[in-house]
Amino acid sequence: MLNYVKLAVLGVIFLVAALGANWGRDLAYQVHALIIMAVSAGLFVWVLRNTDEPGVKVDESGYMDGVVRAGVIATGFWGVVGFLVGVVIAFQLAFPVLNFEWAQPFANFGRLRPLHTSAVIFAFGGNALIMSSFYIVQRTSGARLFGGNLAWFVFWGYQLFIVLAATGYLLGATQSKEYAEPEWYVDIWLTIVWVAFLLVFLGTIFMRKEKHIYVANWFLLSFIVTVAMLHIVNNLSIPVSIWGSKSVQVFAGVQDAMTQWWYGHNAVGFFLTAGFLGMMYYYVPKQAGRPVYSYKLSIIHFWALTFLYIWAGPHHLHYTALPEWASTLGMVFSIILWMPSWGGMINGLMTLQGAWDKLRTDPIIRMMVISLAFYGMSTFEGPMMSIKAVNSLSHYTDWTIGHVHSGALGWNGMITFAALYFLTPKLWGRAQMYSVSAINLHFWLATIGIVLYAASMWVTGIMEGLMWREVDAQGFLVNSFADTVSAKFPMYVVRGLGGVLYLTGSIIMVWNMWMTIRGGAKVHAPVGVPAE
Amino acid sequence: MSTPEKDEATGTDTTGHTWDGIKELNTPLPRWWLWTFYFTIIWGIAYTIAYPAWPLVNKATQGFLGFNQRTEVASEIERFNTMNADLRTALAEADLTTVKDNPDLHNFAVQGGASVFRAQCSQCHGSGAQGATGYPNLLDNDWLWGGEIEEIAYTINNGIRNETDDAHYSEMPAFGELLETEEIDQVLAYVQKISGQEHDAGLAEAGMSVFADQCSSCHAEDGTGDKYQGAPNLTDAIWLYGGDADALRYTIENARFGVMPAWGKRLSASDVNAVAVYVHGLGGGE
Repeated sequence: MLNYVKLAVLGVIFLVAALGANWGRDLAYQVHALIIMAVSAGLFVWVLRNTDEPGVKVDESGYMDGVVRAGVIATGFWGVVGFLVGVVIAFQLAFPVLNFEWAQPFANFGRLRPLHTSAVIFAFGGNALIMSSFYIVQRTSGARLFGGNLAWFVFWGYQLFIVLAATGYLLGATQSKEYAEPEWYVDIWLTIVWVAFLLVFLGTIFMRKEKHIYVANWFLLSFIVTVAMLHIVNNLSIPVSIWGSKSVQVFAGVQDAMTQWWYGHNAVGFFLTAGFLGMMYYYVPKQAGRPVYSYKLSIIHFWALTFLYIWAGPHHLHYTALPEWASTLGMVFSIILWMPSWGGMINGLMTLQGAWDKLRTDPIIRMMVISLAFYGMSTFEGPMMSIKAVNSLSHYTDWTIGHVHSGALGWNGMITFAALYFLTPKLWGRAQMYSVSAINLHFWLATIGIVLYAASMWVTGIMEGLMWREVDAQGFLVNSFADTVSAKFPMYVVRGLGGVLYLTGSIIMVWNMWMTIRGGAKVHAPVGVPAE
Repeated sequence: MSTPEKDEATGTDTTGHTWDGIKELNTPLPRWWLWTFYFTIIWGIAYTIAYPAWPLVNKATQGFLGFNQRTEVASEIERFNTMNADLRTALAEADLTTVKDNPDLHNFAVQGGASVFRAQCSQCHGSGAQGATGYPNLLDNDWLWGGEIEEIAYTINNGIRNETDDAHYSEMPAFGELLETEEIDQVLAYVQKISGQEHDAGLAEAGMSVFADQCSSCHAEDGTGDKYQGAPNLTDAIWLYGGDADALRYTIENARFGVMPAWGKRLSASDVNAVAVYVHGLGGGE
């Protein structure tokens, strides 16, 4: 019976998408309608073929790891895609001729840039977070994922969101809000998927066999809840037409800017920090085989981080139309945030007490340590850059880009690579990764790549900041903007090379994962029993 | 239930909780961490008392230091304006041909002109004023509309082929619609000849009369151009849109229509004069 409801719903979706493809007012909307038509038609056939067939009994005795396996593969795939686009746009900045005339307007820097940021943050990072959430919440709750196939809906729904967002950017659909570029219907779809994600996660927590909720799950839950809130508020907009991608924001002017950076900063805070701390709190003690350093520290820094992060957004808008009081508060909260952020680094690094010798033998531990080191560095650099006097030099320069990438490549990238190396053998029934020396090579390529990237961006960032503000004795500007652009050229090439190293490392990782998975067996992991 | 146990490596008790084999140590908060955290909180409170911070009903607290970043910027601008006021007035009213006789004023004009040029002009003319295809090089002594300092100032003030009444204006016909292909081949060869390039002698011979009929009224009979009409000199091998056969053919067939804004509408009189002095002094001024 349920299958007939599904068929009817899919039929309606197909019909509406067909109307959208016909009446769509812009190319992106029409292409999206065609994608949705194809997806709903495929699902229709699939459901139809399974209707009135004897159902395959799903073995629900163990953990639900199929969706985690899919997430591991998706994370590796989107990582390589995101890094590749990053390398392309890095060289487009160094050599503008790479904005090929024949590829206009689709492969213009302006359209590829959000493709890169969304691919690495939301596709690579998002898949890492979702699959880690599913893996960790099951293990630390001793319960199978709640909601049956809802977890699969979350996985595939999220992939559809990524495809719609990415193709939208290339075809020119954007609401021009950094890290929130997708247009209204893609936002609505993500909201549906995200609520399903929350349901699966919370449901599993409710079913847990352990009395206490593990610290990783606090962070993951705060990530899921806060991102939902940020996403909805920052994307409040009214479509110009139901048959077009363009929409108009409900906020305007400085209110819009403030909402955007409240969102933007907390996307960093709750997506890239809290969520990844959740991953860190599971993978680091597991890989090191050591207890978490301090339970007290984890409580205090969790609540301090969660309370303080949400106020720090205005530091993105120093010296703008934003009222000065808001700017002051943003800066003050950012600086108070320093120690709560470092709590995670201390807890992660000190968990290795008694296991430091593994640094010599285990490249996965080494990745975790580098990841935490970059986490510590960028959570110090961030508060420092939020100080108005520093910001007046650093704002709008490449220093910001360097800061973001030491966090993203160092902290988020490295902990995700470590997680993939941790999970792949476990999920496919292998003792360890196919090649441990390839992990080591990946570690060095990625580390050197990050160093080249961050160092070159510090140099150009501080240099262009100084050049922009240089005035002579009579108060006249000394440099033109073009002077600063040409002065940055050599560092842009160095940055691109850093990106090539990082990309190469990730390709080696994907090859290593492939060789590990090939011929491996899907593991049936029995649900754990609570500690006595 | 769960019982704490002693961790051998650190000698610290665990909390007794276990999740998937993960235990937690009951280590107290690191003192340095806690005190640094307290310090940032105390500093934060003090800072928000000193500077504009807490929003109230109608306005925010202003901070006891009385600091305001907008006042700060305004006073900084005011300081330079006061310092340069006399020179600015003098430059706005100056006879440009005599500015160079007053070292202070000349220095002010060159520095200020360079600054305005970098901000406003470099996008088209290049940050070194070297120009680009379609945008004249301002370093050489080839001038479309005249290179005397007053002429340069007029061009900056009123621009070229824009919507303002006093802009320089001229329009070359698109000869692709007026001449036969054969005639275009001929006049092209003739232009190559007078600009000292390789050419087909036979075609150039025939092109001479086409040039005399169609082109000479603006570009002059000898092809040296006419600054009153903005008609380029075709004999000096300096090309605004390129001098190879393809570029010349495109120019003859379609004509060009370069536009420059009337900067007098956007910049102050002293800034326009400053740019004129700066550009005139770059090397090509007449």
